[in-house]
Amino acid sequence: MSAKALIREFEAIVGAENVFSDEADLLTYSYDAAELPSQVPALAVRPQAMEQLGQVSALCNQEGLPLTVRGSGTNLSGGTIPQPDGVVLLTSALNRIREINVPDMYAVVEPGVITAQFFDAALAQGLFYPPDPGSQAVSTLGGNLAENSGGLRGLKYGVTRDYVMGLSFFDTQGNLIKTGSRTVKCATGYNLAGLMVGSEGTLGVFGEIILKLIPPPATAKAMMAMYDRAEGASETVAAIIAERILPATLEFMDNFTIRTVEDYSQVGLPVEAAAMLLIEVDGHPAQVEEEAAKIEKLCQQMGATEVKLATDAAQRDKVWEARRAAIPALARLEPSIVLEDATVPRSQIPAMIKALEEIGQEFKLTIGTFGHAGDGNLHPTIVFDKRDQEQAERVTKAVDTIFERALALCGTLSGEHGLGLRKVEFLKNEVGQASVVWSRRLKAALDPKGILNPGKVIG
Amino acid sequence: MASVRRLAALFKELDDQLIACMRCGFCQAVCPLYSQTGREADVARGKLALLDGLAAEILDDPAGVKERLERCLLCGSCAANCPSGVKILDIFLKARALLSGYLGLSPTKKLIFRGLLARPALFNRLLEMAPRFEAIFSRPVDELLGTSCSRLASPLGERHFRRMAKEPFHRHLPELNTESGASGLKAAYFVGCITDKLYPDVGRAALKVLEHHGVGVKLPALQACCGIPALSAGESRTFAQLLAHNLERFDPEGFDYLLTACATCAATIKKMWPIMAVGLPPEQQEQVRLIADQTREVSQFLVETSLINGEAPADQGNGKVVTYHDPCHLSKSLGVEHQPRRLLAANPEWRLQEMAESDWCCGMGGSFNLMHYELSSAIGRRKLNNITQTGCSAVATSCPACMLQISDALSQAGEKIAVKHALEIYAESL
Repeated sequence: MSAKALIREFEAIVGAENVFSDEADLLTYSYDAAELPSQVPALAVRPQAMEQLGQVSALCNQEGLPLTVRGSGTNLSGGTIPQPDGVVLLTSALNRIREINVPDMYAVVEPGVITAQFFDAALAQGLFYPPDPGSQAVSTLGGNLAENSGGLRGLKYGVTRDYVMGLSFFDTQGNLIKTGSRTVKCATGYNLAGLMVGSEGTLGVFGEIILKLIPPPATAKAMMAMYDRAEGASETVAAIIAERILPATLEFMDNFTIRTVEDYSQVGLPVEAAAMLLIEVDGHPAQVEEEAAKIEKLCQQMGATEVKLATDAAQRDKVWEARRAAIPALARLEPSIVLEDATVPRSQIPAMIKALEEIGQEFKLTIGTFGHAGDGNLHPTIVFDKRDQEQAERVTKAVDTIFERALALCGTLSGEHGLGLRKVEFLKNEVGQASVVWSRRLKAALDPKGILNPGKVIG
Repeated sequence: MASVRRLAALFKELDDQLIACMRCGFCQAVCPLYSQTGREADVARGKLALLDGLAAEILDDPAGVKERLERCLLCGSCAANCPSGVKILDIFLKARALLSGYLGLSPTKKLIFRGLLARPALFNRLLEMAPRFEAIFSRPVDELLGTSCSRLASPLGERHFRRMAKEPFHRHLPELNTESGASGLKAAYFVGCITDKLYPDVGRAALKVLEHHGVGVKLPALQACCGIPALSAGESRTFAQLLAHNLERFDPEGFDYLLTACATCAATIKKMWPIMAVGLPPEQQEQVRLIADQTREVSQFLVETSLINGEAPADQGNGKVVTYHDPCHLSKSLGVEHQPRRLLAANPEWRLQEMAESDWCCGMGGSFNLMHYELSSAIGRRKLNNITQTGCSAVATSCPACMLQISDALSQAGEKIAVKHALEIYAESL
């Protein structure tokens, strides 16, 4: 089919105003938030109704066109970077919350709903949707599912996967496949949702999503603990867990990040501290009080030089303002930034922090490390200038080494950003060649022409 | 690509600023236009990528980029929320200038900018004649708002536009020079085009307030536009003429502050004049720098100098309800938010009831409203809903351009809610 005829076919499905073929428009769908080369697609289409998702995938399959689904394009591993001859499917118009069911505590949403807007809508009904990826103000729920996004609350509340009760998706023939249900228990059929969550758009195109909601915690208490040795902070993390306490958030910041945040936002952080923890416990008021007191004591036992408990909402905001400032503060140091998410078992955090220091020295790079210490998901952040080719090469090597070291500590390549394009070649190192081959066979059976987001996850 | 290479070379100058965008996409959360269209080319990240594309010569469509770049309110919401601190507005304005220089201005824009706006005396005379003809072409629709709609097909389309003032401010008061009183302060007053031609009462209220507080006022005759329409259109030549014209009239030696009741003029003078003055002779650059340092929106000045109480308002019980809209150029460009609210609190007749999303752009965006009226109105309706939900009888703001847009939205909806400048509400109490 000629390019013009093809455009007409897509226009017949989604309407002429929702097919983008101008060079300039296409350029704006050539990248995501990953520090990777962009690739301009051949076409972008924006379905207005769910059934159009199936029609678009069927047409792409018929014509052998690579299809990349794009929500808000905030991916940090290149999962939304399209193929040069491919079609980008935009979910931004499919952004309705179809139902928030209070008695049964679930919601039904379209894939383009913005995470934070969904959180607010649930909260307005007295319910809580915990997954809170850093990009929640703009990220879509469909994208969160595709990447199995995490966030600050992972330790206690889990990640996106833990809140997916069911979903429907379109296969390459345009058929609607359903899995899961609106019930708490469901032992019906294969758990396809388990397969689809985190599949990064390589197995199907998400339609309706059923998400679990829970009662919100009654109260919360935040605190900060400073250390003159980084080990003190990681030992505190282990001690808190050993005490059978699960904080809602348990965040770590290294000295470099502390200094950078303080320079940027003057929130009053001690710039000489080797590390700090930002901790929040939530739940029943009595439990929160008790756990906060225990944690305070544990921090001191592990050598914290200072522990500050937030006594009111304003102080609590101050604690989290410091954490929120980490990325903006680091981002302003240099033009380019790579935010990694290799994750280790939490007991290996001290070893990982040490490894990151060594990597920074070996490759002569500035690495600020902060992140979700409670679940072992640190975010070593490298700031550099990508125009300096030699430096950019050192960054690539350093990141490769971060992967190696995380795997050596029984960790995983990605805690919450997905493999995308960047980590594909390392998959076999973590799961073995047989697992990669098995995954490819699965993919080939479901998507024989290989049109669904080619090159991602399994290569 | 040879011609594009020349353009790419020009864009290389922006490279250091463009590279700072890390493509996080957080601008999507706050862009009023993107919230309507969901198109990446409408949000800052997409536009920066397009400029990057021109600079790197991977895109050969300067006209396409220009068209997309002009689909922007220049409200600065993205810049105010950018994690990397990308100087988005500076980049956009410079890029508009580069692209307009490269592609040329349309004949209509040439006429408007070079033939009219750059010549303040002619501009004034022409617009003074307008009210005489207005009745022929339009019919009043809302006396409270002073809006009209077109009787005939006109370039103003479906707008309920504010009627031209019968007597523009410069006719009412061509110039003024009063000694400083009790405050011991002397301020130059910058009127601004929309105040002058459409809302002269705002100018009168500002002068009444300044007189009340014993502030001496220097009002130079025949002031020119602050230049923002020319900057937005990338029309550097007209901007330079307007700046030169104004510099002849405002000598920073003669006053302590330069005040205006227009958020947009304030932001332009304070933020844009210094950026655009690069290339002027050193003494003029210094003059621009001094003026920018002295520039304040009136409420900002009154609070900063403690001429009015800077404390948060006490509960005002049973007063009439007024809500406040934060103009982008005041809240996002200059960080001025609590000061105008203090003006409202100072009038016991009124009780401030905050609207949801008070700092969400009204959708005006100057020439954006002229070029993209439907989008502008759609953004305006979001503001309208937030205003009406407060149950207010008046909406106050600090920018005459926002007043125009909000009046249009209220008038279209048949809402009987007055639109006032915060200074007008304060002046009523004096």
